[in-house]
Amino acid sequence: MPDLLLELFSEEIPARMQAGAARDLERLMVGELTDRGYLFEGAKAFAGPRRLTLAIAGLPAKQSDVREELKGPKTDAPQAALDGFLKKTGLTKDQLKVEKTPKGDVYLAVIERKGRETPHVLAEVIPEVMAKLPWPKSMRWKPGLPVRWVRPLHSILATFDGELVPFSFAGVSSGLHTRGHRFLSEGKIEAKRFDDYAQKLKAAYVVLEAEERAAIIFEGVKQAAFVHQLEMIPDEGLLAEVSGLAEWPVVYIGAIPVEFMDVPAEILQTSMRTHQKYFSLREPQTSNNKPGKMANRFGLVANMIAKDGGKEIVAGNERVLRARLSDAKFFWDEDRKHSLESRVEKLKGIVFHAKLGTQYERVQRIEKLAGEIAAKIGADVEKAKRAAKLAKADLTTGVVGEFPELQGVMGRYYALHDKEDASVADAVRDHYRPVGPNDAVPTDKVAIAVALADKLDALTGFFAAGEKPTGSGDPFALRRAALGVIRILLENKLRFPLKVSDDVLSFFADRLKVALKEKGVRHDLIDAVFSIGHEDDLVRLVAKVEALQAFLKTDDGANLLAGYKRAANILKVEEKKDGKTFGGSVTEKLLSEPAEKTLLAALDQAKEAIAVALEKEDFAAAMQQMAALRGPVDAFFDAVKVNADDKQVRENRLNLLASLRATLRQVADFSRIEG
Amino acid sequence: MAKARTFQDLILTLQNYWAAQGCLILQPYDDQMGAGTFHPATTLRALGPHAWKAAYVQPSRRPSDGRYGENPNRLQHYYQYQVILKPAPENVQELYLGSIRAIGLDPDLHDIRFVEDDWESPTLGAAGLGWEVWCDGMEITQFTYFQQVGGFDCDPVCAEITYGLERLAMYVQDVEFVYDLKFNEQFRYGEVFHQAEREFSAYNFERADTEILFQHFKDAEKQCRALLTGKKLALPAYDQCIKASHAFNLLDARGVISVTERAAYIGRVRALAQACCEAWLETDMGAYKPRFADKGVG
Repeated sequence: MPDLLLELFSEEIPARMQAGAARDLERLMVGELTDRGYLFEGAKAFAGPRRLTLAIAGLPAKQSDVREELKGPKTDAPQAALDGFLKKTGLTKDQLKVEKTPKGDVYLAVIERKGRETPHVLAEVIPEVMAKLPWPKSMRWKPGLPVRWVRPLHSILATFDGELVPFSFAGVSSGLHTRGHRFLSEGKIEAKRFDDYAQKLKAAYVVLEAEERAAIIFEGVKQAAFVHQLEMIPDEGLLAEVSGLAEWPVVYIGAIPVEFMDVPAEILQTSMRTHQKYFSLREPQTSNNKPGKMANRFGLVANMIAKDGGKEIVAGNERVLRARLSDAKFFWDEDRKHSLESRVEKLKGIVFHAKLGTQYERVQRIEKLAGEIAAKIGADVEKAKRAAKLAKADLTTGVVGEFPELQGVMGRYYALHDKEDASVADAVRDHYRPVGPNDAVPTDKVAIAVALADKLDALTGFFAAGEKPTGSGDPFALRRAALGVIRILLENKLRFPLKVSDDVLSFFADRLKVALKEKGVRHDLIDAVFSIGHEDDLVRLVAKVEALQAFLKTDDGANLLAGYKRAANILKVEEKKDGKTFGGSVTEKLLSEPAEKTLLAALDQAKEAIAVALEKEDFAAAMQQMAALRGPVDAFFDAVKVNADDKQVRENRLNLLASLRATLRQVADFSRIEG
Repeated sequence: MAKARTFQDLILTLQNYWAAQGCLILQPYDDQMGAGTFHPATTLRALGPHAWKAAYVQPSRRPSDGRYGENPNRLQHYYQYQVILKPAPENVQELYLGSIRAIGLDPDLHDIRFVEDDWESPTLGAAGLGWEVWCDGMEITQFTYFQQVGGFDCDPVCAEITYGLERLAMYVQDVEFVYDLKFNEQFRYGEVFHQAEREFSAYNFERADTEILFQHFKDAEKQCRALLTGKKLALPAYDQCIKASHAFNLLDARGVISVTERAAYIGRVRALAQACCEAWLETDMGAYKPRFADKGVG
């Protein structure tokens, strides 16, 4: 079956947008074609610095015929309704059929569309898709035309089954031609089919596939480093970015002058990465599994095979790097002339948030809070307060001004330079952690205290200021902060009541559900346990939820839940009927059936035992006590009619069920459990 | 093409190159400004329907970049070479690469790339999409397709090409310290500008009288507003906007504008710029119905 080849050739597309654009192009085209009744064998999109390409294989030459039935108004509906329906379907009244339905006769329109030739469909669909392609940022460039593309669009190559698909977008008519590498190739290239296209592009120094470019770079840097007995420091993000900056990536190795090598490795790496997009290299791992030392070489990726073998390119890049690193070294040297402590005062000049004051005020709050937390979790209070005080001082340094992502990391260096205690210095660095889902949480108690204080202050502060995250936006990264707190507490098994307002606490509960979902913990169980009261000890909460989840997997658990639901339903109906809530004490005298007597005894026993087990935080024992209720509950429903004719007996039995509800509620609100 | 040997060779080469492309070779604007974009030949001419092609050197002042003549490449006064092409020619990237060849950078020996860098000027209410052009990892040019100036959409869209002349010359001359650049065969850049960098750094950071500057700002703002009331004088008003912007930059360098005030001051300059652009669009040259259209202008 025939294939579609589409290439949209433009001026340089930002690296960060390429992959998304390829995905969107594929998704939109596939969607439009599927909507038009097409089935095909496969679609694949490619993106690079100057082109987006889409290949769809096995696309039928003709659209399938479509038969569609549309129900219209009733035959006795007003004329206006009928007119509207005729207009919508494009039919006349005598073309409509009448269908009998239980609600009366309705008009039925049967629309049959002959499938069109695929090139016609493509010529219509492609420009529509191009107009819809959601670039994160796009521009106008054609005088008088409102059309947008990411950068000026120069040509469109569109073929179906080797033939041109004629259309135009933004005044650019589709054709059969493309271009190769900007400097390594000349003139137009004609291509009609994908294989030919990919091959010709390769001959014209264009690697079409981003993954292939990334692999060339990865292997290239690895090999080149190996020659110098070094290894590359892996950097996925950088690899993806540089793959989007070269159509024909060529790896070269440059040298860093020794005078920069006593600047902290993080500064060198960050400067090389963010400003220059270079890969850092290191010495091989030492025997004790410590990563090797940063090396005085770097890997650079050019988009050029230079005539001189890259001598000028390497020399030029080395020169630029020297200037960059001189700047960085200047900041590093200047920064150490002032102690971190002396910088705390300068935080008065940095506004944290209009409603939450300056960074100085924030540090004062964190210092106090970190001291309180330290006392509760058994950390050194004075060290925690000291670390909190210094935690933000590096924001006023030159290095952090230049590289904001080094906040904390630089604070630690400066703290060590100031001869601060090592755990204080570490806490200054680690209080931001975890910075992402893959980042480790702090484990030292001083760092934990400051990290918790930092995040809790942000959460309570922004919530109080009415800056809660919304569905679409979380500008202050509060979700990350809450998740950070959750991970720090759970991974360190820290018993620590959060003591926050209800809205912050329920925000934590939501984050907890997300966090535990991956581990297979049911969100409804978190709700069920959370909703019975003000549980702000996350470690205890999770232990309880896990015990409950294990219990519900057992036969006893599943049956008890069913029994509970039955009881709860009965109570709901009867409470509505009576207009009151049952929950009074059960009068033993009024119990006549053995099953209800047994249940009462079991509940009395369990209620007490569960309370004791919960008190001891022995959740397994609490579950066992609940398991023991299963038999009596089942027996009760088998033998006893709750809605007895005698009013007193009925109320007494309802109270008995309410007692079951209350007993289980000690552990969780079972009504929130699904299934 | 041989490499431009001196700083002035570089300028002359660019002048000749862009003149050959049909650009007006204009002279620097005689007001202190932060970048070549502030020249009315860019800010105002970017608006409106008329074709426009101009190139010029613009001395640019960035008071807070002063380093008392001690930094290898930061200057509070430097030169930009500015090209503005309206509408943006379809082959504008090729035209630009031609200028790089003209100054002696051979793309066969170097790694020249267009790396995403969108441009925005909050003070001018202007924004565009484009790249910084890298040569062997160094940014040598800012390349922008203007989308908006003074809050008004640009239609047609123009292309702005801005070369940082010192940086480019350092690259071409293989010099690491800006003051070592050969200005011509006889004089070094430092002989021309080192004393000025030292003195102006002291002025910008220490000596500039902030009360006077605050007054300058207010006066310029007031004069600008007055020129835009009644019978509007867009060009003289825009001069005042430039002056207000420079006064603000100096105050910023003096460290007397707090973070919160900063945004407010930028907003005030932007409001002036927008008002000037609006007035420009009402003039014969800026308007949609040019008086001289039949004589080939526009």
